[in-house]
Order: sequence, then C-alpha cells, then structure tokens
Amino acid sequence: MAVLSLDQVVGGYGDTQILHGVSMHVDEGEIVVIIGPNGAGKSTVMKAVFGLLNLSSGRVLLDDNEITNMPTEMVVRQGVCYVPQTANIFPSLTVEENLEMGAYVRNDDFRPRMAEIYDLFPPLLEKRKHPAGTLSGGQRQMVAMGKAMMLEPKILLLDEPTAGLSPKFRGEIFSIIRTVNNAGTPILMVEQNAKQALKIAGRGYVLVDGKNKFEGAGQALLDDPEVGEMFLGGGSHKVAS
Amino acid sequence: MIALMEFINFYLIPGVVLGSIYALGAVGITLTFGILRFANFAHGETMTLGVYFTWTLMQITPFHPLVILPASMLLTVIVVLGIDRVFYKPFRASPTIMVVMASFGIMLMVRSIIQFIWGVQLKGLVPGIQRPMLLFDSLRISPKHMVIIASAVVLVLAIHLLLSRTKIGKAMRAMSDSPELARLTGIGTEKIVMTTWVVGASLACAAGVFLAYDTHVETMMGFKLLLPMFAAAILGGVGKPYGAIAGGLIIGLVEELSSYPWIGTEPLLNPGYKAGVAFAIMVLMLLWRPSGLFRGRVF
Repeated sequence: MAVLSLDQVVGGYGDTQILHGVSMHVDEGEIVVIIGPNGAGKSTVMKAVFGLLNLSSGRVLLDDNEITNMPTEMVVRQGVCYVPQTANIFPSLTVEENLEMGAYVRNDDFRPRMAEIYDLFPPLLEKRKHPAGTLSGGQRQMVAMGKAMMLEPKILLLDEPTAGLSPKFRGEIFSIIRTVNNAGTPILMVEQNAKQALKIAGRGYVLVDGKNKFEGAGQALLDDPEVGEMFLGGGSHKVAS
Repeated sequence: MIALMEFINFYLIPGVVLGSIYALGAVGITLTFGILRFANFAHGETMTLGVYFTWTLMQITPFHPLVILPASMLLTVIVVLGIDRVFYKPFRASPTIMVVMASFGIMLMVRSIIQFIWGVQLKGLVPGIQRPMLLFDSLRISPKHMVIIASAVVLVLAIHLLLSRTKIGKAMRAMSDSPELARLTGIGTEKIVMTTWVVGASLACAAGVFLAYDTHVETMMGFKLLLPMFAAAILGGVGKPYGAIAGGLIIGLVEELSSYPWIGTEPLLNPGYKAGVAFAIMVLMLLWRPSGLFRGRVF
C-alpha cells in the first residue's frame, strides 16, 4: 500500500508553474529516488508535499488521507518529515536539543525514541552536549536525520542529502540512509548523484520539465540506455558527479 | 587603595549597573532581530512606556517600584502584543524593510502618545537622594545600585532558564537559528513570535524602570538607550541572547571606564563623549567581526 502518493500534481510559486502533472507513490519500506536535470522540479515535489507550494490541481495523499495544500505544521503532525538540502540543523542548539526540537509536535514522552536514535547513530550520543554546528558534515547529516526521525515519521523526505559532499562522505550518507530505511522508515529522496542513489533505491522517477518522464526499478533505470545517456553521464561505468 | 576604591565606587559599579540595563534591553532587540527578523526601533519606546506605567502605578499605590514592576511588565506586554497584532502581523510575510519602517513609525507614535498623556517634564520615580551604604569601610554602594544589580541577575537567570530548560525557550533559539527549518520542524511560528514579544517587552520594561530608578523619568529615556542596546546586540551577535547580555555589560562598562583617569589625572575621555563609545564599539565590531562575539547572523 502506498504511504505517500501524488496524483497529477500541478503547482508553483505565484504565477510561475513548476510542476505540470507529477504522479508518484512511495510504498511501505521503500526507498524512492527522484532524479532529473536541474530545474526539473525535483525539490519542488517535496515542497508540494509539505504545503510550501500552491497546488492548483492534483492530490497528495498520506495513507489515503488527503493532505493537499495542508499547512506545513499540520503535515508534520500527520507524520511527514522533511530534511532540506541545506540549513537542516539548528547550529547553536546542542545535538540533544536538535533532537528535542524534532519531537516538538509530540506531547508524549520521547525519551525512548531518543535512545533509539542514539543507538542508530552512536557518534551523536557522544556529542549530545555539543552545539550541532560544531560537528563534521557526516555527523550533521546524522543530526538532521535523527531530528526528523524523532517523530517516528510515516515517511521521510530527503532533499539532496549528499550535495556538496566529497565521495567519501557520500558513501557514509548513503549508508546512513540505508540504516534509517532498514529501521522501517520509507524514504523519498531527491538526489544529484543519481547512480549511487539508484543503487540503494528500490525505485526511481525521472522528472523532466515538471513532468514524469521515466519510472522504474532502480536497477532498471540504471540499465536503461536512454536514462543513462540523459542523466547518468553517458556510459554506465562512469559515476555521475 | 583609595584609588582602587574610587575606581570601584565611581566607575566599576556604575558601569555594571548601566551594563545590566543595556543587557536586559538588548536581549529583546536581539530576539526580535533573530526571530521576527527586523530591527525594532520602537524597543526604546517600549522601555519608556514601561517606566510611565510604573510611575503611574506608584502615584496610586504606596509600593516600591520593584513590587510594581510585575504589574507594569504585564501592562507593557499587553500594549506590545496589541501593537504586534495591529501593525506588525499584517507585514509578517513582507520584506523586512517594511516592518522596520513600521517600527520606526510606532516609535514616533508611542513617544508622542506618552508625551501627550504624561507631559514632557522630568519626573522622579523615587523621591530624594539615597545615602550610599558603606561596606568594608570604603566600598560605597548605593542601595539602589544593589537592587538593580541583584534584580538584573535574577532576570538574566530567568532568561537563561527559559532559553535552556523550557521547550518554548529552546524553540525560540531554534527559530532564531533558522526560521525556515523551525517551520519545517512543525514549530508553530506565531506562538514563538508572541513569546518573543512577551520576553522582550518584559525585559525592556524592567530595564527602563531600573534606569528610571537610578536616574529619573523622561519621555526620551528609552530612545537614548536605543543605540547602546543595538551596539550590544551587534557586539554579542545578532540573534544571540547570551551575546546580547555579554555585549550589554561590555558596553556599559566600557562607557563608564572610558572616563576614568587611566593616564595622568584627567579623564581618559571627556564624559561628554560617553555616548560615542557604544557607537565606536559597534562600528569596530562590524568591521572586525560582523557576526559578533557569539557568531550571530550577518545581514
């Protein structure tokens, strides 16, 4: 069953239309990747889910409940968490305070959840009293994801989690993403490093000009000559950067 | 020994007193800057208003200003929340400059209303001159100053507990760090904005009353504090409440200590130039390290 689905979503900012009918869905336990050229509206899809965009038509469903154009705060309360590409932690707050903020909309005892997240990301336990801004790039990403997971979200949206990181870090981030997913959270992510991302993804969507162009299993997209030509930097042996 | 006592009595303690007043005022400025993202020119008038509320309540009740302070804080908060509702809220999504201009207008408006209601003549909050207390034979500290410093310490402690121990306080710091992320995290923006006004207005009222308690009541008193308070906020790092406290203390101290006869017997700086010290510190800080001591936001 689809946890999150978008059905023919059309929308943009003000008069500028960016999405011209995007449909996609994420099932229980899946990692789904959105790839495509710059300006295709990849990140905009995430914003559409998150009530940051005006949708003129189409529907967004979470577990079959309509969340189309719902205010951001309510979307969070419904169990959707979004990790933006940049500025995804509160740098002057400690690691622990960041996690607490992740649980802001919870009114119950979130201590057990916090312990689980420390189990998932042991380096954070060690640094929990440090301002998050003083951590390394990889650890910050752990904070960002740990913070999002405090809500035990139904789905996690990641916007280019490896943008601007060195290849070594990229590997680390992808393994963090896999860890999070193995812990039971479905993930929808936008990723520039399409090849690496498709390798860990169950399925992928290729977005062009605000519309679905291709979709399929991660490996199938990797093997597709046309997709390879357009978005994976030609020959399938080269890693897109 | 006598020179040291003179230094402590006439420069250091007044410096700490002035610094505490700046610090309390600057916290409100820096929080408004960080959370509502605009430079609130009307913050000085918030102080003045708090002082006049206190003065009025003192005319009709027999209590000490400190006893009245909570009530005048409450009145100030109510007025400020009303101002936010009517004048700032419609501009929440507008460019910063519009809100800054709105605050400029409110500054003039509130001041004029104060002058209209209470008149422009000087008033005293507490009558007469108090004799300083002598401690350890030569340490002279006026009871007023002790009251101000002790109350400021209590208030700073209260801010610290609010910001570091409570959910709403942490959310305020989070929003000051990154308003966009705070929104994505599900932190209700309006609630934090309200809390910011409550905290800022209460502290402004307290700072104003402390100043009036130490000196006198007049309609321009808050405005005169605006520049040093902004200097304190910038020195500490915009959006950083702890920075504003440190910045306030530093500027208060430097202003007072600048007229100490460090070299020879003449004051190092003519006391008439005291007000320029805050300005100089602000300019130097902006040139040397615009993010401030506590790495605040740079605009």
